[in-house]
Amino acid sequence: MGELKLMKGNEALAEAIIRAGTDGYFGYPITPQSEVLEYLMAAKPWETTGMVVLQAESEVASINMLYGGGGTGKKVVTSSSSPGISLMQEGLSYIAGAEIPILIVNVVRGGPGLGDIQPAQSDYFQSTKGGGHGDYRLIVLAPSSVQEMADFVPVAYDLAFKYRNPAMILSDGAIGQMMEKVEFFEPIPRLSDEEVKKRYAWATNGKPKNGERRILTSLDLDPQKMEDHNHHIQEKYRRIEENEVRFEALQCDDAEYVLVAYGTSSRVSLKAIKLLREKGIKAGLLRPITLWPFPTKKIQELVKQGVKGFLSVEMSAGQMVEDVRLAVNGKVKVEHFGRLGGMIHSPEEVVEALEQKIIGG
Amino acid sequence: MSEIALKDIIKPENLVYQKTKLMTDKPLSYCPGCGHGTTHRLVMEIIEELGKEHETVGVAPVGCSVLAYEFMNVDMQEAAHGRAPALATAIKRLWPGNIVFTYQGDGDLAAIGTAETIHACNRGEKIVIIFINNGIYGMTGGQMAPTTIEGMKTSTSPYGRDVSIMGYPLKITELVAQLPGTYYVTRQSVQTPSAVRKAKRAIKKAFQNQLNNAPGLSFVEVVSNCNSGWKMTPVDANHWMEENMFPFYPIGDIKVDGQLVK
Amino acid sequence: MTEEIIIAGFGGQGVLSMGKILAYSGIMQDQEVSWMPSYGPEMRGGTANVTVIVSDERISSPILRTYDTAIILNQQSMDKFEHEVKPGGVLLYDPNGITHHPTRKDINIYKVEGAKKAAEMGNSKIFNMIVLGAYLKIKPIVKHENVLKGLKKSLPERHHKLIPLNEDAINLGMKSVEVVQKV
Repeated sequence: MGELKLMKGNEALAEAIIRAGTDGYFGYPITPQSEVLEYLMAAKPWETTGMVVLQAESEVASINMLYGGGGTGKKVVTSSSSPGISLMQEGLSYIAGAEIPILIVNVVRGGPGLGDIQPAQSDYFQSTKGGGHGDYRLIVLAPSSVQEMADFVPVAYDLAFKYRNPAMILSDGAIGQMMEKVEFFEPIPRLSDEEVKKRYAWATNGKPKNGERRILTSLDLDPQKMEDHNHHIQEKYRRIEENEVRFEALQCDDAEYVLVAYGTSSRVSLKAIKLLREKGIKAGLLRPITLWPFPTKKIQELVKQGVKGFLSVEMSAGQMVEDVRLAVNGKVKVEHFGRLGGMIHSPEEVVEALEQKIIGG
Repeated sequence: MSEIALKDIIKPENLVYQKTKLMTDKPLSYCPGCGHGTTHRLVMEIIEELGKEHETVGVAPVGCSVLAYEFMNVDMQEAAHGRAPALATAIKRLWPGNIVFTYQGDGDLAAIGTAETIHACNRGEKIVIIFINNGIYGMTGGQMAPTTIEGMKTSTSPYGRDVSIMGYPLKITELVAQLPGTYYVTRQSVQTPSAVRKAKRAIKKAFQNQLNNAPGLSFVEVVSNCNSGWKMTPVDANHWMEENMFPFYPIGDIKVDGQLVK
Repeated sequence: MTEEIIIAGFGGQGVLSMGKILAYSGIMQDQEVSWMPSYGPEMRGGTANVTVIVSDERISSPILRTYDTAIILNQQSMDKFEHEVKPGGVLLYDPNGITHHPTRKDINIYKVEGAKKAAEMGNSKIFNMIVLGAYLKIKPIVKHENVLKGLKKSLPERHHKLIPLNEDAINLGMKSVEVVQKV
């Protein structure tokens, strides 16, 4: 491990993108994540690792550059914030349909519409339930620290290539703008063109000398074939749900009440459980790291273990709470506590919400 | 006649022409007389002649040629509507040794994908864009295109294109020729044997530019009929095209070796 | 040990960089740190503030509603943050430009004439280092040598020649801090 650095989440992400052996970054500036492209342009990785960095004309173009580049088997990434991610939904649907591994980072800001530039978590539905048209899912990782902004880059790439599926890092303006210490993983070398061709037989980078040409498309005008293709990707999603759930359970072993929170609100909630424990309330924190696949089984275990109630703490009007409720299935109380439009809860507000909505309610 | 068998005709010494192996055996889905089939063949013949079968990646559009990848026997990606130049940008930048082209129609390239077209041209991406302009939306059943000429009837301009309501036809090829990032811009057609020969020379020049790492994008418009969309026989459609389309979309080079043709 | 600090003033006063040097100093002595700025249009000349946390433990919330220490450098920030200091906590301020002085009776209040001293030293850019020195005199949460290391880390190489000047400013701040009220 290298030296410790004090960096913004966005800068750590950019550095991790270079170190993860990325072949191409394509993006368009938007607050609060513009530091990513700024950092990459200043770092000039094309002179060191050979990585391509391109400022596209729009988020629509960026995501389609990922389709093209990812479709050749190269490691490609884009980053944006909520309004820009909305523009990318069409491309994401095509990418999911054509099963192209790519990485997309959303540093979420308040919405709807132009909203504001403060941190929010109101893109949970868009990220975890599909977002664009058709039946598809993104693998969604939610970092809650600057360290995880860096660490999740290679993890997300591995998942994307393992399953030939788009992966998303769902962050927010607070984690993007905050500085914390970060220790980087050892650089992962970029694959050579020959290695890419050897590893990814599906990739369209020039017809093999002794094989068939490859086609990447999301189209099949025969509905029976399209249904078969949909069954194929759904079967893949079941495997992802079975094997790739990640979470962190803090002080849940003896917990009577559990806060469920990810990203910035998990940080606030960690402080809240400290305050609650000081008051003698046995509170724990379940932090989903993968938002899709969601840690449904862990929540069901907590219900069996005797947890009396769950509070979903989100910087949204109540999106993840639906997944918590589906997991709990009516067995115990589940409520939501949210701040909206770019506001962040204080730990004290979370304590009060648990006391009023779950314990006293 | 009856005493001559097929085997007497199919002999190597009698062979004067054959289909390039870079066209698949799948029957073309295009209407008889449409320019798409000929243009597909030209592009594939050129890739074969250049010996680049294993180093080529093509990008298909949305529109009549959405299934171009079914016919072109090279590695292909199918883009979202209008986005082909964005895909091709990344493919070329990540595989600079490859030959990369997009194949797009007028709705794809000059309406929904205008931004991607202009910016790929303006960045000087080292790719080839093949642009089929038939002045109409063929696949969706004959609606008005950005390139529909004034007065032309379509299903969404049933009384003819009225520019006071519907705006003007877009000469996107002349437009991209103005951009410093384009190196070769030309307009061709494929309705006669001599036009096909000229179009082939132009398309070959475009690919050779890419092979030579010329500093910019090569853009080839092919004006085509859409006989079913125009509701004419193929022969009438070609005559109508020559009489009505060519005066507005004149055939010939617009920019060569980075210089506008005067 | 966990110290939760808000530093608030005008953009251009060096609020964010003061926080960054403090956070780097914490890293130099193996502590956990977070630095959470207010960001957006207000960065460009308006009010600027940053929450810095230095702790021996994993840092939970980087965003806070109450603070162990508030370092306040303009009137708007005084209006906003005086009442967010925890009872028994510390409020350090520069009286320059302050018309409504703090009135809380349950907190420790200190002042430092940072702007005035910086003007006397003939360099307004070291203002923030004078204030940092004053803070470190009140709460020596990071060792002096680690502050110097932190300074070195957060300054670009081309500015390393300015380290002695910054060190002088920190020392001046340590000497200049005055107690207003102790509880």
